Amino acid sequence: MTQLTHLTMADALQGLAEKQFTAVELTEAHIRAMEKARPLNAFITETPDQALEMAKASDARRAKGEAGPMDGLPIAVKDLFCTKDVLTTAASHILDGFQPRYESTVTSNLWRDGAVMLGKVNLDEFAMGSANITSYYGDVINPWSPGEPGNWSRKLVPGGSSGGSAAAVAARVALGATGTDTGGSIRQPAAFTGIVGIKPTYGRCSRWGVVAFASSLDQAGPMTRTVRDSAIMLRSMCGFDPKDSTSVDMLVPDFEKALTGDIRGLRVGIPKEYRVDGMPAEIEEMWQKGIEWLRGAGAVPVEISLPHTKYALPAYYIVAPAEASSNLARYDGVRYGLRVDGNSLSEMYENTRGEGFGKEVRRRILIGTYVLSAGYYDAYYLQAQKVRTRIKWDFDQAFERCDVILTPTAPSGAFAIGEKMDDPIQMYLNDVFTVPVNLAGLPGMSLPAGLGADGLPLGLQLIGKPFDEETLFRVGGVIEQAAQFTATPPFMA
Amino acid sequence: MSLDKATVAKIAHLARIKVPEEELDHLAGELNNILSFVEQLNEVDTGNVPPMTSVAAQKLRRRKDEVTDGGYPQDVLKNGPETAEGYFAVPKVVE
Repeated sequence: MTQLTHLTMADALQGLAEKQFTAVELTEAHIRAMEKARPLNAFITETPDQALEMAKASDARRAKGEAGPMDGLPIAVKDLFCTKDVLTTAASHILDGFQPRYESTVTSNLWRDGAVMLGKVNLDEFAMGSANITSYYGDVINPWSPGEPGNWSRKLVPGGSSGGSAAAVAARVALGATGTDTGGSIRQPAAFTGIVGIKPTYGRCSRWGVVAFASSLDQAGPMTRTVRDSAIMLRSMCGFDPKDSTSVDMLVPDFEKALTGDIRGLRVGIPKEYRVDGMPAEIEEMWQKGIEWLRGAGAVPVEISLPHTKYALPAYYIVAPAEASSNLARYDGVRYGLRVDGNSLSEMYENTRGEGFGKEVRRRILIGTYVLSAGYYDAYYLQAQKVRTRIKWDFDQAFERCDVILTPTAPSGAFAIGEKMDDPIQMYLNDVFTVPVNLAGLPGMSLPAGLGADGLPLGLQLIGKPFDEETLFRVGGVIEQAAQFTATPPFMA
Repeated sequence: MSLDKATVAKIAHLARIKVPEEELDHLAGELNNILSFVEQLNEVDTGNVPPMTSVAAQKLRRRKDEVTDGGYPQDVLKNGPETAEGYFAVPKVVE
């Protein structure tokens, strides 16, 4: 039998339906993989007992003919989703010991459909980062790192912020994982680890019970090894939720049905502004390959212009920190997590927050506080929100000429831990192709397209019209077929 | 616009984050880098452009103003670092 941990979700569902194996067997195989993969530091909390209980319940449901769309599939949950009575940290010291008494809507939906939780995976602190190197719980190692576990010749980052999710899925520890994406945090790590990740349209997935970073940009989404698996998992994750005021009351399509393979006549926008200075030739080549694959399948590439692309990152680095500074005001040592005592209430707040937040989070809160402060609000925040409108208009105009947009996911492949760390701006540039999508609230998908010269995966990004995830799946399916990405990381559990 | 050490200390106080004196200089440098990076937004003509308030054209939903949740103070207090008599407890604020 094929190794259970190497199955796709679709194949695992078939195997379960045909009684080739049970959910308990499938889960046990993944628990062993989780133990073996500990050198990656992908998990903050492993929940093997809960996983086995959920798997047993899944087998019982299946025996009664009541199996749900994801019944028995072991997945990992980014530790930004509140999970009832299970430690939820946001990878921050300030949430020490926090065990929510409630469950996020997205994870509730997954459990409703039968998924099994292996544990909570690592991330950048409060999802702020592009390399998973800001976690209080340590760096996550990309399973594509050359060498042996624990004795890597070069430790590569898995991308971020959903780095633990990406590492767990790529290393065959979980069939899929939840991620969240504020500026590229699903798509960039998916690209760095050779997997598929989709950030749906803003409003598709409920934000309720997800630790907030920048509320107007945050969206949850699935990270899996195939396009079909992302379709399966996204369908379970999304849906209207009255508890999130920006959740959209729309029917959830059966995304798998969009995988027809037929893209004849589809207009694929190629934005000229995404050819940035200093972009490695192999990224450009991969992009060209993607264009040719789609042309070969009958699509029509059209050059489009998104003139305000270069302003997306600076706008993002005002809007996101501003919202973060407001959202993170709640961590004050009173209601949950860490408290560091002081002589007065104010001193207690300052001590708690001084010790509880890491450097990147502190930097962003301070920027956010500054740009929202009296006298600077108009110059920074208001201007950024106006630029954001122009970025959205760019996309609106582009989508009059095309049905979907194709770009690289990131300007490079995975880099080593220690690189790009001296200058925050250098790190921010990782998200140059993904951030505009969040600012405009659009759906975006990253999928593996091939390997670069150093043998590391590179991703292509598809950007769709609002609530048109189906076109992303349709085109993503075609690219997946054409790319035949079968490479696997050197380390698999 | 350039932030000096005193301004950084003031922002840190506004954000209620204790920053050790010896880190203020370095932090000011980092924040200034970020601020000069975002400065380029001023090149964009935003004369008749409304600020974005929502990515999707949608009205906020309304619901009846009624209690739909609650009644479990022990759950609310469960994660409090210090609680007493059904309340969160903080250092004394009134002399």
